[in-house]
Amino acid sequence: MMLLGSILTLLGAVFLFLGALGMLRMPDVYNRMQAGTKATTLGTLLFLAGIALRQGSGACTVRLGVLVVFVLLTNPISSHALARAAHFAGIQLATRSVQDDLAGEEIS
Amino acid sequence: MADLIFNAALLLASAALILAFLRFLIGPTLADRTVAMDGMTIIALSIIAWVGATAGRVIFLDVALVYGLISFVGVIALARYLEGGLS
Repeated sequence: MMLLGSILTLLGAVFLFLGALGMLRMPDVYNRMQAGTKATTLGTLLFLAGIALRQGSGACTVRLGVLVVFVLLTNPISSHALARAAHFAGIQLATRSVQDDLAGEEIS
Repeated sequence: MADLIFNAALLLASAALILAFLRFLIGPTLADRTVAMDGMTIIALSIIAWVGATAGRVIFLDVALVYGLISFVGVIALARYLEGGLS
């Protein structure tokens, strides 16, 4: 159980690293948001699940479960609000983008 | 062996924190910096949970929960500011 939890934690850390790398390398705000949020959410989920497997049962596991549900609920919401705000604030897409479904819409 | 892999996970998460901080430094717009701040908070939340598991203190997980809550509210507030305030 110790080894399985450690491997799961390392896998989560790999996803965290790839998400941060995407945040650094992507061409515009929206791509950075996509890479940063999705990979980071999955990475945190795996990381906390690995720690919970390592710890066994107890008060620690319950709190880690609450933390996982919390991250899973709030991270996409904040990313969505930020992407919408960035678009309405007039930040341009990268020149390589092919489609902009929100173009020409107003804040409702 | 298991402890070695567990420590390597902390090392990789710290490297991710540094990469996100680089984007926080060079990001040209406020939205870039907010995205980087959001990512840094999530990675730091994982690291706080790691430290709590290693030190054997359950209280660290409560700290991580409140930290995530404050980050969520902060990002929402910055998004409203970018849109032009509450109107």
